[in-house]
Amino acid sequence: MAMEFPVIAKLLEGRFPQAVKGAVTDKGDPWIEVSPGGIVEVLAFLKEEGGLEFDLLLMVTGVDRPDGEGGGEIEVVYHLASTTQGGELVLKVRLPREKPLCPTVTGVHPGALWHERETYDMLGVEFTGHPDLRRILCPEDWVGHPLRKDYEYPEEYGGISAK
Amino acid sequence: MEGFETFDAAGTEGVTDVRTQEMFINMGPQHPSTHGVLRVLLKADGEVIAAARPYVGYIHRCAEKIGEVLPLEQFTPYTDRYDYLSAMNNNLGYCLAVEKLCGIEVPERAQYIRVIVAELNRIASHLVAFGTYGLDLGAFTPFCYAFRDREWILSLFERLCGARLTYNYVCIGGVRHDLPEGFAEGTRNFCDHMEKTWKEYDTLLTRNPIFLQRTAGIGVVSPGEARAWGFTGPCLRGSGVAYDLRRARPYLVYDKLDFEIPTGKGEAGVQGDCWDRYYVRMLEILESIKIVRQCLDVLPGGEVRAKVSKALKAPEKEVYLGVENPRGELGHYIVGDGKKAAYRMRVRGPSFANLTILGKLLEGAMIADAVAIIGSLDIVLGEVDR
Repeated sequence: MAMEFPVIAKLLEGRFPQAVKGAVTDKGDPWIEVSPGGIVEVLAFLKEEGGLEFDLLLMVTGVDRPDGEGGGEIEVVYHLASTTQGGELVLKVRLPREKPLCPTVTGVHPGALWHERETYDMLGVEFTGHPDLRRILCPEDWVGHPLRKDYEYPEEYGGISAK
Repeated sequence: MEGFETFDAAGTEGVTDVRTQEMFINMGPQHPSTHGVLRVLLKADGEVIAAARPYVGYIHRCAEKIGEVLPLEQFTPYTDRYDYLSAMNNNLGYCLAVEKLCGIEVPERAQYIRVIVAELNRIASHLVAFGTYGLDLGAFTPFCYAFRDREWILSLFERLCGARLTYNYVCIGGVRHDLPEGFAEGTRNFCDHMEKTWKEYDTLLTRNPIFLQRTAGIGVVSPGEARAWGFTGPCLRGSGVAYDLRRARPYLVYDKLDFEIPTGKGEAGVQGDCWDRYYVRMLEILESIKIVRQCLDVLPGGEVRAKVSKALKAPEKEVYLGVENPRGELGHYIVGDGKKAAYRMRVRGPSFANLTILGKLLEGAMIADAVAIIGSLDIVLGEVDR
């Protein structure tokens, strides 16, 4: 039986008082907020710890929040699942929109390789230490990050009008 | 000819200066066995692949961006188009996510109908996987048979909603309309037929010595690797991990239905090889037939669609919901901000995640096996690129 969310949140807060910044439970699916510096060790702990075993990183993605304080933020969201316990968990890292730098988690979950590339492509999050951080869905010479809220559509691409 | 003199003079004996050179081979994006527009750049050392780099994105159609612009109910037809071989399942995954976000209850009859169409579509999708996989490896006959039977399902769907590939049938709150007359009977007939022909398919391909040589022990993914690389669906189960969302986190009425979760056991070679992934799909066809029959037996009466507000708004919440598609976990992560369109619409395509491992999996494999390995992952590029 999968561990309940409040139990997991408490466990993580006790274990990583620096990295874990708290849990949000009143906006749909609950999530745990983690500092950028702590995300790798928290994911590694969640993967190995008996009773949790969040061994499947379903996806890494991002949400652009330009209206927040200090020039806005970009949230990087990690969805995890456990193939043995059956639970699901969401973690979030908040980064300044001006300079979104986040450590890569490919060392813990190699499957994040392309998800992080897509997040870079679409939202411009730089994953430090990523072995192959290139655009993945857009062409390599594309300008801008299309899922940013202030993205401006190009006038043309490769001589073809895009309007 | 220049350079051949040494060879001619000495014969094969005593030749010491034979060198091989690494060569780059470009596979795709227009290559029939890549199942769409996938390009893989291979660095070949003789017949062995030294390194491989996949390139995707050729049919990126900005599904997520469109999801931020269109009202929730207008986005459903776009979901048909990510994995066009299992459009019912895509519709279902999206609608369930929106229903979770907005708190909509779906009538019981609609839930059963959804399971029936989802499982029929799974059979159709696995038939394509079976047929094209044979074709990739040089067996043309299974392909013709698989498409003949798939046609039966497409005809049923055509009677159901008028479309053969992009159905837009499952909708927010239920399904568009009730089953047409004779649909249940036609489906039963198909199930009987499919069970018989399944045995023929099995005889034709599964233990075929050439097929076994091409797939057994090739492209092995251990259970640990499968989890670490984010595998889901038949690829993950092919590696022996019995993880199926229909059991792990049941949605609709799957918790009331009786079915098995087939896993790869390494019967033909090594656990997690191409053959295991192929055979898991084959066994899943039988399980889907079982599920469809059970649903038809207990199909309750009543409404097929809940009343949903015409001005449906996404509340200020965020939800994630994953469903078991033929290719793995299709997840929708929807963030709402009180408007008609989602603030952020993220689609987790199983093909995208299952393909991530490709570069590593091809390393050290023979060039001839590249096609066998790519085919065994059963990807649809429409979903990789979205």
